Amino acid sequence: MAQKYDIKETEVWDGNYAASQALRQARVDVVAAYPITPSTPIVENYGNYVANGYVDGEFVMVESEHAAMSGCVGAAASGGRVATATSSQGFALMAEVLYQASGMRLPIVLTVVNRALASPLNVRGDHSDMYLGRDSGWIQIDAFNAEEAYDMTLCAFRIGEHLNVRLPVMVHQDGFITSHTAQNVHPLSDDDAYQFVGDYKGVDDMLDFSRPVTYGAQTEEDWHYEHKAKQHKALMDSRAVIDEIFEEYGKLTGRNYKRVESYMMEDAEVAIVALGTTVETCRVAAEELRAEGIKAGVVAPRCFRPFPFDNIREALKNVKAVACLDRSSPGGAMGALFNEVSAALYTTEARPLVTNFIYGLGGRDFSIKEAKRIFMEQKAHVDAGHITTPIQQFSGLRGPKLGFFETKRS
Amino acid sequence: MAITSIKNLKEFSTSNDRFEGAHLLCPGCAHSMIVRELMNCTDDNLVIGTNTGCLEVSTAVYPYTSWDTSWIHIGFENAATAVSGAEAMYKARKRKGTLKDPDAPVKFVAFGGDGSTYDIGFQWLSGAVERGHDFTYICLDNENYANTGGQRSSATPIGATTTTAQAGSHSYGKKERKKDMVAIMAAHGAPYVAQLAPNKWKTMAKGFQRALETEGPCFINTVSACCTEWKFDPKDTINITDLATDSLMFPVYEIIDGHELNILYRPKNVIPVEEYLAAQGRYKHLFKPENRHVIDQIQKDIDEKWEMLQRREEARI
Repeated sequence: MAQKYDIKETEVWDGNYAASQALRQARVDVVAAYPITPSTPIVENYGNYVANGYVDGEFVMVESEHAAMSGCVGAAASGGRVATATSSQGFALMAEVLYQASGMRLPIVLTVVNRALASPLNVRGDHSDMYLGRDSGWIQIDAFNAEEAYDMTLCAFRIGEHLNVRLPVMVHQDGFITSHTAQNVHPLSDDDAYQFVGDYKGVDDMLDFSRPVTYGAQTEEDWHYEHKAKQHKALMDSRAVIDEIFEEYGKLTGRNYKRVESYMMEDAEVAIVALGTTVETCRVAAEELRAEGIKAGVVAPRCFRPFPFDNIREALKNVKAVACLDRSSPGGAMGALFNEVSAALYTTEARPLVTNFIYGLGGRDFSIKEAKRIFMEQKAHVDAGHITTPIQQFSGLRGPKLGFFETKRS
Repeated sequence: MAITSIKNLKEFSTSNDRFEGAHLLCPGCAHSMIVRELMNCTDDNLVIGTNTGCLEVSTAVYPYTSWDTSWIHIGFENAATAVSGAEAMYKARKRKGTLKDPDAPVKFVAFGGDGSTYDIGFQWLSGAVERGHDFTYICLDNENYANTGGQRSSATPIGATTTTAQAGSHSYGKKERKKDMVAIMAAHGAPYVAQLAPNKWKTMAKGFQRALETEGPCFINTVSACCTEWKFDPKDTINITDLATDSLMFPVYEIIDGHELNILYRPKNVIPVEEYLAAQGRYKHLFKPENRHVIDQIQKDIDEKWEMLQRREEARI
């Protein structure tokens, strides 16, 4: 039996340490992993727990991230709790198996410490890897700070393993800004954490030989479509389970999470929609602007997948202008957040003015000052009654301004 | 507990039905013979991983499956890793006491074609063997990407024509020699490595049993004659395999603990490789006068390899 950790009511943990402690407390049966900056400390910390008797499960250090996720799939099909961690290029190398994990409906937990994708090579945080995973059929939950990285990792096991869900779950945190910044975290005791997560419930267990199972069968045009539709439905239906588990976790910790986190949105006229640590930056900016009489608010999808179309629409239905901030190179399109938020808002009566900012690529700093400037630009759109800038702009870029698409007005 | 009676082929071939006869492999394909032999040589529970390839696409087309045991396919390259993960989970659950039947012995087996073993899955296999998982990897070596219509792999022998290394007016087919996968796996320090052939079925069954009973990662390269891409009559699968082993194109041998080499089949009359090549359409062009040198080269390579195997066997190092 693994030793228990002496957990204090308040710990000073960085995001990586918080995530690794959550994996340990969930008593994961198999961690198959491969190190990569900036998520390496998650597996190093876990290796430390293994070496010192805090883990009963198996720790398999494989030869690549593709193998890490492959090992996770084999382990998860064998009736136990499975988790791993990665970032960036490692995430990209895993991509093939991410789709297979979700298609086989295996509730693996993947802690993703977000980092830019090369080329050029860059180890700093942006959301390129998170966006790469957006069609992979995983639930994607975003943590904005170290404590949330801990909370969301514990919740991820409950959500993915829920018998009405059975899907893999990614828990995202920003590379370095969250992963390597020590902050106050209020963790649960080992016993309370495990009581919340609970024993693993096996479904179609390869090690139950009384009922042989075939994993990874082939389907062509006859059945593939039905399988994918069913998988999508499970992902969409997981919304209710996520709400339920967040509520239960709130009762336990006093920390109440929502699939969409709204901040000062009750009477907001202008809003920013963002992910990751930028959410906290924008909240501070909004507070400062409120003191100046600007009705600013912040909307943050806690859940990137399933995309909270309904809650986003609800959160933004009364604002007049919205800036969607995408921390990923959009590759010849509008940013993903812009596209998805715009689609949700198109179904509202008000149809606010929506603009897109690409920002912070490769770890470029995003300041409170810049967030305030973006809010004020939204205010200018509202006052003019139309978008006064290109619809897509690059924020914080050196050299000449870069923007695309003007609003056509009669 | 493995079955002990492997003296009677009829009894042996019908002793277990965990691999169902209803599958989509080509008539005359040796894959199913090899798979049945593996599954029949043990009574233990089996967790089987299979790389993408002929075997996989022919045995698990929803809503059907040929596998009456635990079976998983992920991708083209990673069956060894899938089985690593399953084996790790078995160890964890055994330790934690969450297995349904903790005392029942379980064996972990991965199957791959030569494309997935020699080429795309090489790293995954190497990693799994280095980590020392208790499993057996069986390569069904038909020397080409048969599932996708016969492209070259690094297991394709020199001189064979494939769709991506074609024989033509300016080419005698594949220019490069076959990768020596058995030596590579022995160099990993795997406790049991062998090259076996389904025509020598008793030897094959014994080799499989030894691999399954050996703790740690074992690798077996099996000769799987492919009537579709080697171009021979489906009824001749075993005849062709006889020519393969009797010409020493496929010597049958094992390597224990990375160094102790034993030749498991020594043909009474070694036949010239020409006879083996002449029986298959894929080598037809080698019999043109301008390509005869390739046959000479193949024979020379075989002779040298056989000499090397015999010396290593004798040296016991």
